[in-house]
Amino acid sequence: MVSNVEAGQRPAPAARSLNRQRLMLLVGLAVLLVLPLFVPRYWVFFAGLLGINIVATHGLNIMMGYTGLLSLGHAAFLGVGAYTVALAQAHLGLPFWIAIPLAGVSAAVIGVGFGLPSLRIRGLYLVIATLAAQFILNFVFVHWQAVTNGDVGLTVQPANVFGFLLNTETRVYYLILAVTVLMTIFAANVIDSRVGRAFVAIRERDLTAQVLGVEIVGYKLAAFALGSFYAGVAGGLLAYFNRFVNPEQFGLLLSVFFLSAVIVGGMGSMLGAVLGAVFMTVLPEVLREGALAIGTTLGFDIASILVPLRETVFGLLIVCFLILEPRGLAHLWTRLRQKVLRSG
Amino acid sequence: MLTVENVQLSFGGVKALTGVSVDAATSKITAVIGPNGAGKTSLFNVISGFYKPQTGRVVLDGEDITAMKPHTRAYRGMSRTFQNIALFAGMTVLDNVKLGAHTRLTGGLIASGLRLPSARRQEEELDHEIRRNVMGLLELDHVQDSYVEDLAYGLQKRVELARALVMRPKILLLDEPVAGMNREEKREMSRFVVDVRDRLNTTVLLIEHDMGMVMGISDHIVVLSFGKPIASGTPSEIGKNPEVIKAYLGGAEERSDAAA
Amino acid sequence: MNSLQFFLEYSIVGIASGGVYALIALGIVIIFKSSRTFNFAMGEMMMLSAYMFYTAAVTFSLGILAGFAAAIAGSIVVALVIERFALRPMMGRPFIAIVMVTFGIGSIIRGLVGMIWGPNDLQIPPILARTPVMVGDIFIPGKTARASAIAIAIVVGLILYLRYSRAGVALRAAAADTVTAVSMGIDVRKVVAFTWVIAAITGCISGVLMANVNTLTPHLGLVALNVLSVIILGGMNSIGGVLVAGVIIGWLEAVTGLMLGTAFREITPYILALLVLLVRPTGLFGTKGIERI
Repeated sequence: MVSNVEAGQRPAPAARSLNRQRLMLLVGLAVLLVLPLFVPRYWVFFAGLLGINIVATHGLNIMMGYTGLLSLGHAAFLGVGAYTVALAQAHLGLPFWIAIPLAGVSAAVIGVGFGLPSLRIRGLYLVIATLAAQFILNFVFVHWQAVTNGDVGLTVQPANVFGFLLNTETRVYYLILAVTVLMTIFAANVIDSRVGRAFVAIRERDLTAQVLGVEIVGYKLAAFALGSFYAGVAGGLLAYFNRFVNPEQFGLLLSVFFLSAVIVGGMGSMLGAVLGAVFMTVLPEVLREGALAIGTTLGFDIASILVPLRETVFGLLIVCFLILEPRGLAHLWTRLRQKVLRSG
Repeated sequence: MLTVENVQLSFGGVKALTGVSVDAATSKITAVIGPNGAGKTSLFNVISGFYKPQTGRVVLDGEDITAMKPHTRAYRGMSRTFQNIALFAGMTVLDNVKLGAHTRLTGGLIASGLRLPSARRQEEELDHEIRRNVMGLLELDHVQDSYVEDLAYGLQKRVELARALVMRPKILLLDEPVAGMNREEKREMSRFVVDVRDRLNTTVLLIEHDMGMVMGISDHIVVLSFGKPIASGTPSEIGKNPEVIKAYLGGAEERSDAAA
Repeated sequence: MNSLQFFLEYSIVGIASGGVYALIALGIVIIFKSSRTFNFAMGEMMMLSAYMFYTAAVTFSLGILAGFAAAIAGSIVVALVIERFALRPMMGRPFIAIVMVTFGIGSIIRGLVGMIWGPNDLQIPPILARTPVMVGDIFIPGKTARASAIAIAIVVGLILYLRYSRAGVALRAAAADTVTAVSMGIDVRKVVAFTWVIAAITGCISGVLMANVNTLTPHLGLVALNVLSVIILGGMNSIGGVLVAGVIIGWLEAVTGLMLGTAFREITPYILALLVLLVRPTGLFGTKGIERI
């Protein structure tokens, strides 16, 4: 106890712990860089998917976790990004480093188009508008045959990084890693700034926020556009990752998936978005393996119930975390760390 | 500094304010008092821009701001606290206070996200200034990294005051700054408000129930009753005004006796 | 038959199918009135009821009447469980958290139904006669007409019941002001539970009717999302607005189906919702209230 009090009075330990944090991050990054050399290909594939999910979860967390803008149409905005990449490549021959930002921008523009009317008012209107976006955009993906090729979808050529084709899991992995790191840093910077504080102020008390000079509609719009931008970039990456785009990938279930990721991880926490994305990316794999194992033992065909099983579990996670631990895994993690530090 | 001229406000048919005028003089503490339902909070909401008065004007530093939106008033130098503490849960004391400086910083979404040098420098300077000056002035240094929801009531009120001050307002509106406080906390808060006037030369306009505090620190007092101004003057003049005693003071003293 | 008459016929059929939507909407609005909860799981509750009816009536061969009674009982139990264990703990939390909880519950039920009954269409025993009904020389399919008549009769009956019964008075008191209601000796928690029971019953009836007119699939519940999006814009707290919302959706679906092709039906309510947001953001009958600070 005594040493704690003394430590609190000196400014140095805070700086030291910051440095240690940076060091940990650098070590983590180094591990991620060499990862593909040591692990099976399937893991690399998995890590790529994880990166994409982290980017998308950051987006929803900025909107919902920090600013309090619930979106039920996040998957559709990923879809906009994915189709943007596919179309930009097929018709304009744009390289990835233009196509991916473009995916983000087009998702942001379309997102704002849906969100703008309802961002002016509080309440449930935005929820309805985003639900509308989910269904209407998916409808467009399916039925605008001439452009989207309907249910069949579009194929995507590997990204070409200055003559170097990203045609294996490992090569795409590095693109995803770079984008994920950059997007995470950008999000963390925004949150730790005047803008991020304004987001939280709007979520907590919008009247007080106004008194402090926060222009509510403008900041809501910024949060919504930024969140959709992240979804679009994630969708763009997904297009290069899967090398095809079809409407089925961007259904309501995927929106529920990201909703769960944000809630499970902890709304309004950067760490939470990462933890939530990891948890939710691993979960379907665990569910599948578990269900298959049980199925083989009991002699059932479990494969057909995998999708409804996911729906059930995603829903359960949303409900249970909201009721029992609304601050999510991030909070559990912090508490666990404190316990370990105290006992150690 | 701030002048409210002949403001009239009604909701449906109910008149909340009739012909209210208040003048908050520069670098002075002006208090608006009155019993519950006298229209004090309505008056503050007119000044903040949440309500539009049917007639009358609000003038800040020579500029008519009657039709201005609340957030724009902040940019013109108006700051306020709330009767029910309006801090942001889930944020530290430091971050809550930093929010008060929203109008002084300029970093937008992209500048902040990329941590452009201009945005970073502003944030760093603000961080230093708050740690060095504001936290010290309001004796909050020891809790600056705590989450606001973990603090005692009196401390939370002080954080709110700190947040309102970081804006460097021309005029500071305090909505019942000592409501719900114990005697010790009240005395501290009164001292801080006087400090704000004397050390920062800020103009203060406050509404308050607590007569002791108002009489002790105000330079000028306006009394409202049922939405109408019934008296105005220095604390000693108000203390002697028979109408005020009838409308307000008697009742208030009985109440505080009963509470004690 | 000229195109105007064609349009008229589609309109009438659409308005007729709106009756069932009104019944669904009633379940959503009544819960909202008692507890400010937007129940995104209404459609799934309704779908689950229809499946329970199927299991009771067909799998356990209880027949239509006993099967229906079993389905109602099951629906009430499900609703009370949801209210007690998922929503009561959320009292006082931000509305968006509560919305997410109901959305999560919807996902759970959808998944469970998919696992238990599978993704394929099921046929429930026919309740409604097929013989078409003629209005003048306009022809309405028998099932649609009868389902609508039943639904509208129930909606009107419930509106009257809520107007004149003690339960209705308690509900209105709780809706107006919780604190006052409590001081009047009204147990608000009971009122909330009561509205969930009503919603379970209306949901069960509408689910069985819908499954009769169309077929029984796990997608049956999605229609409630359409209904929800329209009643929000029609004025969430008006029970009378329910009928309007139901009829609007029924009519629009039919007419867009005729003019733009059936695929458009499913997104029509959402396009309408967006248009209203654009033109009249506070909703058709909603008023902008003064916020308390």
